[in-house]
Amino acid sequence: MGRYVIRRLLQMVPVFLGTTLLIFVMVYALGDPVAAMFGDRAPDPATAAMIRHQLYLDHPLWQQYLHYMGQILQGDFGTAFDGQPVTQLMSSAFPVTLRLTLVAFAIEGIFGIALGLLAGMRRGRFADTGVLGFTLLMISIPVFVTGYLLQYFVAVKWQLANPAVADGAPFGDLILPGIVLAGVSLAYVARLTRTSVAENSRADYIRTAVAKGMPRRRVVTTHLLRNSLIPVVTFLGTDIGNLMAGAVVTERIFNVKGVGFQLYQGILRQNPPTVVGFVTVLVLVFLAANLLVDLLYAVLDPRIRYA
Amino acid sequence: MPDTTNSTVKDQEATTLDAVAAVTPAQRDAPRSLWNDAWHDLRRKPIFYVSSLLILFLIVISLWPSLMTSTSPYACDLSKSQLGPTGGHPFGFDTQGCDVYARTIYGARASVAVGIFTTLGATILGSVLGGLAGFYGGWWDAILSRISDIFFGIPILLGGVVFLSVIKGGSITTVVAFMVLLGWPQIARIARGAVITAKQQDYVQAARALGASSGRMLLRHIAPNALAPVIVVATIALGTYISLEATLSFLGVGLKPPTVSWGIDISQASTMIRNAPHMLLWPAGALSITVLAFIMLGDAVRDALDPKLR
Repeated sequence: MGRYVIRRLLQMVPVFLGTTLLIFVMVYALGDPVAAMFGDRAPDPATAAMIRHQLYLDHPLWQQYLHYMGQILQGDFGTAFDGQPVTQLMSSAFPVTLRLTLVAFAIEGIFGIALGLLAGMRRGRFADTGVLGFTLLMISIPVFVTGYLLQYFVAVKWQLANPAVADGAPFGDLILPGIVLAGVSLAYVARLTRTSVAENSRADYIRTAVAKGMPRRRVVTTHLLRNSLIPVVTFLGTDIGNLMAGAVVTERIFNVKGVGFQLYQGILRQNPPTVVGFVTVLVLVFLAANLLVDLLYAVLDPRIRYA
Repeated sequence: MPDTTNSTVKDQEATTLDAVAAVTPAQRDAPRSLWNDAWHDLRRKPIFYVSSLLILFLIVISLWPSLMTSTSPYACDLSKSQLGPTGGHPFGFDTQGCDVYARTIYGARASVAVGIFTTLGATILGSVLGGLAGFYGGWWDAILSRISDIFFGIPILLGGVVFLSVIKGGSITTVVAFMVLLGWPQIARIARGAVITAKQQDYVQAARALGASSGRMLLRHIAPNALAPVIVVATIALGTYISLEATLSFLGVGLKPPTVSWGIDISQASTMIRNAPHMLLWPAGALSITVLAFIMLGDAVRDALDPKLR
């Protein structure tokens, strides 16, 4: 187990370096951060050269990257467009997005698995068709469309929730954005659970459990669900990163001051430290979630052993 | 009454029996390939016809939008800003006073083009690279797997926002090129797995034993059998690519005016939703139906090609 974790951590290093390098090259090599600072005006060459020197931009790209990674390891992510350190933006933004992601994740997990279980156990009947139709709709309607529609109907017309999230992001305000953010993933979770449950419910061990007179509830929870959840857990784990990235859209609709908001501001104002910094942390979250999923396999399925 | 129904049933049975008898033994014995089987299965699905007709309609209006409307999407009259439906303008006007109906019809082109070209590009690139990696293995496979790991490390929406905001293209070509760049690893992974499975089959070993060259084995034996999972993933991905394009355009980094795109129109309408919801509902509805059509087709194709799920 310990050796497996170490091997996985080592495997993550090249992926992390590659991903950050890709983002770094995209932002620094293809754009011109100094020109962006001056907007439409042409910068004074001497000033531009000075800023370039201060920002370490007068070195070859690979040196810039190494310098940047060195700074990150010391906890220095650079300064944002308004002179604040990027780390300060992160400390205000990440808790908010984390709360939003948690709400969305809970909705996605609970309702997705419940709907999938319902559909999988009533294969071919009304509940199954209903769930399939519902998930098809959820997958097809883009997030920003559901977002604006729900905001318009639930919050503005029927006044059941706040149309925007208040400062500090209380959980009550996050339910509506959470539903919007979870929507598409919820549909995938439901479909995955349905297929998996339907496949496993024909398995021999389920027949044995029923035959030996085990109560239905226990058959479903300890045998059927536990075995059916393995692919679902994989999806849920990799989805954490997608949820945090998808927050770019949801946070914009509901005016949440989280990671998506800051990232979007960084892009609008062409501030590379903000963009690269936030994306780097998101990639780390994504990789950590994947590792967690692989470790969870062993808990769910003792047949999987780590050598 | 019961008699007549009975007799019709009998008649039908008789005709089917005749038809079966009419089939020559050779025809009946001919093994149905996976593709014949899938086609047979698809033809009996109403959902396949509904989605195919919708897609056909979308392709026609993206090729010849003037068939559906004589109004230009650029003919705008500020005095009609945000007005509701009137005669000749069934969907009303947007903030700039442009005809929402015309813009909804013309918007199909961008979505359909991005969806189809991205899928083609990502599928060709992904299946060639992934297929070769699966077939040859070794260092090429190792490098390719690490590269696709790197691309998988960046959520596609995030990569899109960062990359396209720097490129500042805004044309269909730029958006397609970028989406192919981020989309191919997904297909490559599927193709690699499918080729590895196909490679170990007995008929491939037999072909190798008979002295078939690598190229012949790949093209004649492995490719046809590894194609099904790739096609399934590609069809479903087509719908999500359209959705992704609209999301990027909505965020202001994807397509840019003067390209008419549902994503741009929805983004512009979103701030006015309380005063003029019609500006948002029509392009949003058109976009959702388009994505729905492609995802329904993908579902039907998957059910037909993957008998395990039945």
